[in-house]
Amino acid sequence: MALHNIGVVYRKELREALRDRRTLISSLVVPLLLFPILTAGFSAVAVQLIDRAKSESPRVVILGGQDSPGVLGHLRRIDKIHIVTAATDWKKQIIDKEIRAAVELPPAFESDINDQKPAVVHIYIYKNEMKSELAAERLEKGLKQYNENIVSQRLALNHLPASLLKPFEVKQENVAPEEKVWGEVLGGLIGYMVVLLCLTGGMYPAMDLTAGEKERGTMETILSSPVLRMDLVLGKFFLVLTAALVTATLSVTSMGASFAILRVFQIASPGDPAQGPVLMLHVGPKAILSIFVMVLPLAVFFSSCLMAISIFAKSYKEAQSYTTPLMLVVILPAVAAMLPGADLNARLALVPILNASLLCKELVTGTYHWNYIAIIFSSTCVYAAVALYLAVKMFQREDVLFRS
Amino acid sequence: MIEARGLTKIFQDKKRGEIRAVDHVTFTCRPGQVYGLLGANGAGKTTTLRMLATILEPTDGTAVVCGYDVIDEPEKVRSNVGFLSTATALYPRLTSQEMVEYFGRLNGLDEATLKSRIDEIFSRLDMHSFRDRRCDKLSTGMKQKTSIARTLIHDPQVMIFDEPTLGLDIMTARTIIQFIRECRDRGKTVIFSTHVMSEVEKLCDVIGIIQSGKLLAEGPIPELRGRYHEQDLEEIFVKIVAPHYATEEVH
Repeated sequence: MALHNIGVVYRKELREALRDRRTLISSLVVPLLLFPILTAGFSAVAVQLIDRAKSESPRVVILGGQDSPGVLGHLRRIDKIHIVTAATDWKKQIIDKEIRAAVELPPAFESDINDQKPAVVHIYIYKNEMKSELAAERLEKGLKQYNENIVSQRLALNHLPASLLKPFEVKQENVAPEEKVWGEVLGGLIGYMVVLLCLTGGMYPAMDLTAGEKERGTMETILSSPVLRMDLVLGKFFLVLTAALVTATLSVTSMGASFAILRVFQIASPGDPAQGPVLMLHVGPKAILSIFVMVLPLAVFFSSCLMAISIFAKSYKEAQSYTTPLMLVVILPAVAAMLPGADLNARLALVPILNASLLCKELVTGTYHWNYIAIIFSSTCVYAAVALYLAVKMFQREDVLFRS
Repeated sequence: MIEARGLTKIFQDKKRGEIRAVDHVTFTCRPGQVYGLLGANGAGKTTTLRMLATILEPTDGTAVVCGYDVIDEPEKVRSNVGFLSTATALYPRLTSQEMVEYFGRLNGLDEATLKSRIDEIFSRLDMHSFRDRRCDKLSTGMKQKTSIARTLIHDPQVMIFDEPTLGLDIMTARTIIQFIRECRDRGKTVIFSTHVMSEVEKLCDVIGIIQSGKLLAEGPIPELRGRYHEQDLEEIFVKIVAPHYATEEVH
């Protein structure tokens, strides 16, 4: 192994990569734009959609209640709902989103209440449909107020204090810092994005430097030079690694900057209801550095796997068809890490990709389990070394290099 | 100097089984000589030359190039060899000069030597006008000149050409032929493969005729003419190859 030759190969590959539009887009442009678009763009659109839904008056129908004018009057006075006449196919209308909810008052509702008999009011909705749930929420709030009025009247009639029915209150208080609260929500997504971009950043250069070189006919040219095949593969590998790391670093930095900018805007206009709750996620330099250190062996692992697979292909297109399944293999554990309740343990710390994704999630929330960090870092290093060894071996096989 | 000693290459094919691409080929190529390896498509020319250039490893036998064994010291062999074929393409995103510099550095030339060698070769091949142009923007002739400069940058003692004029227009092919002649005149050992008889007559001091991986006949052109009582080189080639070619077709 000659460091000089590895350096010569690396510099040449870097020069070519910097002149290649596709590499520049996948390694620089995508990670720089993805997070700002996801955070600013996506959240702005989401906030706007929710805001618009809240400002609308959903159409609802009342079923029954002809013998209960009091409650009917109360329902009609509820703010921001639009009561329409009930049709016979009101259930279909809810499913078709023509109306958003239906409230059903039982027969003799008011007289039953006056007689202090139990009564049940049903609200029919389209579950998980935002506008339907919003309508139900407003109806429930109105009916709850009506309920409280009745309770207050009964207590007053019997000369009893209001505190009789509420001896004590239960109140949840958050003790976790806001960063951790938001980290719990967004940490999984960040881990997923970092892992995925680390792979995609190295994907194009890996294919270009192996299968692409075969396709262009430059493989035989370089093999006729005195450079050792190991030096050649290492020079190429370092370029793929650089691309993967640059992509991952830019994505983490861009992510930190995006959240910081979003936070500044939200703090600057806290009164604006369209902005929603203040996003307090703060990905500090320590978290970014930690994620970068953890991503390092993972990037080696990805780069080596990509090269070992791509070198087998005869053309760039064939390499694409081989690396696409690899993307699925990476996405599955990365998505699994995003699932609620998916937390690090000793066994999961040994599962490649999943371990790093879970760790990213923890690092974003500022949690440092050093024992897991050590296991994950060392196990990923071992996987990376094995993958690199395989990539070097593949480069030394004639049947792979001259596959026809 | 090239000495091939029982060079053999066997490929394993899933459908066709064992393929003997080169079968115990032995020959010697001396400095100041052009050795022409003649053969039909698939005769084993490219595989033989790739083994001499250490791009492929022999299954059996060996070859000594400039005193270095192709199996034991492949890097030293490559340091003394310039290999050019139609399959040795250029890096499209490098300029002509960067391409030649890259191979100079891989051959261990220091920066001062590299600069003077580039100036000398670029002047000799009249390449200064396109030295900073990217290879994907070069004409076929310019590309061939860049490839020649790439093979010459480390001043190798042995030149290996694998069908170097295949698919080239007459003017570009003439540049290559002239270049091969110059290499011989400078005392280099030259081996080249072709199936173009006119090139063989123009250039070769010694020829070897190969078919089905076997070297069937070898010697200087006048000697072969006497041996086969035939003046036309193409007729000589057919006389030697036809019986083996027919057998192969039957098989």
